[in-house]
Amino acid sequence: MKKNLPMKLAREVLQGNVRAAARLIRYVEDELPSAIEELKVLYPYTGKAYIIGITGSPGSGKSTLVDVLIDAFRKKSKTVGVIAVDPSSPFSGGAILGDRIRMQRHAIDEGVFIRSLATRGWHGGLSKATASVIHVMDAMGRDFILVETVGAGQAEVDIMDFAHTSIVTLVPGTGDWVQTLKAGILEIADIFVVNKADKEGANALKVELQTMLHMNAHSSEAWKPRIFLTEAINNKGIDGLVEGIYQHREFLFASGKYDAHAKEKGRLELIEVLRSSLTDRILQIASRDDYLDRVIDDLANRRTDPYSAASNIIKRVLREGIF
Amino acid sequence: MSSASVGEAKQSARKTRILVAKPGLDGHDRGAKIVARAYRDAGFEVVYSGLHQTPEQIVNTALQEDVDLIGLSCLSGAHTYLFPRVIELLRDNKADDIAVIGGGIIPEDDILKLKKGGIKEIFLPGTSINEIVNWTRANVNPHPRAETE
Repeated sequence: MKKNLPMKLAREVLQGNVRAAARLIRYVEDELPSAIEELKVLYPYTGKAYIIGITGSPGSGKSTLVDVLIDAFRKKSKTVGVIAVDPSSPFSGGAILGDRIRMQRHAIDEGVFIRSLATRGWHGGLSKATASVIHVMDAMGRDFILVETVGAGQAEVDIMDFAHTSIVTLVPGTGDWVQTLKAGILEIADIFVVNKADKEGANALKVELQTMLHMNAHSSEAWKPRIFLTEAINNKGIDGLVEGIYQHREFLFASGKYDAHAKEKGRLELIEVLRSSLTDRILQIASRDDYLDRVIDDLANRRTDPYSAASNIIKRVLREGIF
Repeated sequence: MSSASVGEAKQSARKTRILVAKPGLDGHDRGAKIVARAYRDAGFEVVYSGLHQTPEQIVNTALQEDVDLIGLSCLSGAHTYLFPRVIELLRDNKADDIAVIGGGIIPEDDILKLKKGGIKEIFLPGTSINEIVNWTRANVNPHPRAETE
């Protein structure tokens, strides 16, 4: 690549250039200051893509499901972006990003851009960069963006903040009815996919989910989550699932919830950017003259407590001025 | 939304990204998996793209993932076609700043030819994992072409 003049990447991203987008995503992940400037240019062009989240336990077939969904959207002549998140090692910081193995038949299709992200210490099933990476793919003009979370257990629900349609994948034989009573991931689904439906217990799981959904407070305006049985690897049940996604999308538009979602997403993102930039700035100031190190020593020796220490840091920062 | 511990997040910036790929038709991926795992344990982000990849798939994957290095593993004997083809496609895409290394059963006579053709290094069976990781640390930097270029 030639010189990266300011906003050069953003201009190329707007023309749909994959390499520029991949490079900008890299800068976003690595938190280079120039990435922020590029994102400022892109933001006005975003908000057009339809975002679908796919979450569920490890091995439940998320990546294979993404593969067949890519295929289904391409057959409708839609362009697709895929963000596939896998965990970083808490020890080495390294990662194996293996989701795209299941999607490689699309690797030479120009209408498909697949990008793997490592969580880099972020919790909640996604990586810190996810919101910005969605913006980059959105600004490229991708019609659908599929976001695959890390293998999720019960509480990794961040995806609901980003996705218009959240899909939770389940497989038969992974627990009894009490799992469907619990709070967390099962509450966020707009669509349930019972994958590997050829396995014993698929229909029983569907019935348990239906029972759970019947216990939800009924309101006539609310979306009633749908349940689909699939065998993603054999491309079975996918037409129904895609139809379900389109129905949910229609529902969001017709009910005004699409606009409400956009507003809520903006609010959450603003708060997150504010929180992270403020924290970075505060730590930067508190680190001057080894102040932070001394506070941490005091904490370890129980000469102070985290509540007083934080309050003192904030006082110090306010005294010295934040900028 | 939940955050990483702050200090860690700052240190983790500028990660080296590597694509480990199996071009061609052989199904022997134990070596590739061991190298991928060693890279993970060395703190690199490793994309593994699975078996039976064409050079076109490998290069497109490298571009989409913005990797710094491609590690090709080939035990079929087709390296004399597959490896140079990857280099050629990278050049076609103006992406020959991505380094390429190879591993597998490669006759000595071929090594010089492959290196002349642009493959940075060839690792033969029996190479220690440390040697591969150390070579990578010494020769591959996370996108040095960023910002200041």
